[in-house]
Amino acid sequence: MAEIMESGGGGHGKHQKKRAKKHSARIDMTPMVDLGFLLLTFFVLTTQFSKPKTMEINMPVIPKDPNKNMKIEAPTALTLLLTEKKDKIYYYYGVYKNDASIIKNTDYSKEGIRKVFRDRNKDVIDQVKKLKDKLINHQIPDTTYKRLAMNIKGAKDAVFVIVKADEKAKYKNIVDVIDELNIADVGKYALVDISPAEKLMLKTIGVIK
Amino acid sequence: MGKIKIPKSAPSLDMTPMVDLAFLLVTFFMLTAKFRVNEAVPILPPSSHSEKILPENTLQVTIDTGGRAFFALDGQEVRRNLLSEMGQKYKIMFTDADAKRFSVMSEFGVPMSQLQAYIRGGEKERLKFDKESIGIPIDSVNNQLGDWIAFAWNEKQRFQQTNNVPKENWCRIAIKADGQTNYKAVKRVIQIFQDRNLNSFNLITNMETEQVE
Repeated sequence: MAEIMESGGGGHGKHQKKRAKKHSARIDMTPMVDLGFLLLTFFVLTTQFSKPKTMEINMPVIPKDPNKNMKIEAPTALTLLLTEKKDKIYYYYGVYKNDASIIKNTDYSKEGIRKVFRDRNKDVIDQVKKLKDKLINHQIPDTTYKRLAMNIKGAKDAVFVIVKADEKAKYKNIVDVIDELNIADVGKYALVDISPAEKLMLKTIGVIK
Repeated sequence: MGKIKIPKSAPSLDMTPMVDLAFLLVTFFMLTAKFRVNEAVPILPPSSHSEKILPENTLQVTIDTGGRAFFALDGQEVRRNLLSEMGQKYKIMFTDADAKRFSVMSEFGVPMSQLQAYIRGGEKERLKFDKESIGIPIDSVNNQLGDWIAFAWNEKQRFQQTNNVPKENWCRIAIKADGQTNYKAVKRVIQIFQDRNLNSFNLITNMETEQVE
């Protein structure tokens, strides 16, 4: 396809001297450019720009002996009950009691569950923040920061959150809650099944049918 | 009144800068391209503030809004071995051609009885399967997903050990579910993993744009 256009040159008398051509050789670049744009379009359409993000979650190892079930009824725990109601979280502090008045509710907004976690986990958040300032000011290296933050979040008296989800709850709600837990620097949480007693309680206060 | 002169020669534009730019972009995209993998079903994962990027090497289970499970695994050689092991267990003879096609396939969600037809099918048939199949069975009577996971995990471990893959690049388990999926299905899949002593997961999420102050 490439054609070289030339003018001048041949066709003159024998005696004339051959002259150097004055025009530069031109190549028709249209096909190449076409191909270039074709490739460009192809790559623009097929590339994946934002890689998917992930949340890492570690579940407890299931004990082989079913009688040795883990006891997680900590008196300091905060228990969240997630139900089919998409915009409400029911929660209570401490050990479960058969008393409807202990159950409070909130929503998934900034002023809702995030505030509950922040109030509950204030000490840890403050400590982690101080640590982060140190990291930013280059007083401690990255690895030390990670280790110390882990220690603070996993401390014995740190807040423990139990997330109990009903089968009809949406996956989005669970991810939202775990996300909020990560934001509020809660290091200890567990994803557990809802107990029949709690289910009954939610029924009596009219949350689920 | 003077007349406006219309130039007789065809207007010619110097396109060199544009072409330069175009080729620059082509080069950029060629070098950065990581191709989007085919998804069997459209999934809209919930969003989160996490900034961790999904690792390259994963065993992925996808759960759609209907609670159907799909399975995907990286690594062609591992997939090939996996198919023959699953074939032995379910007494289905897969040919070499099947294994070859399976090794380059992306996500799939059909029971073993339909798998051969799915592998041999063209694009249209596969689309039909993806739309209409019941997914990989996950109930306790017919727990095919559990077998897929167990065999795949063993194969992966063996492959990683024999090839001296560095520990940080080892296969991770990814769970990708639509935000509107019922927790019941997700819980069941997590339980299947836990029954096989796999307790660490990566939940795939979208990036949340809202900032935390």
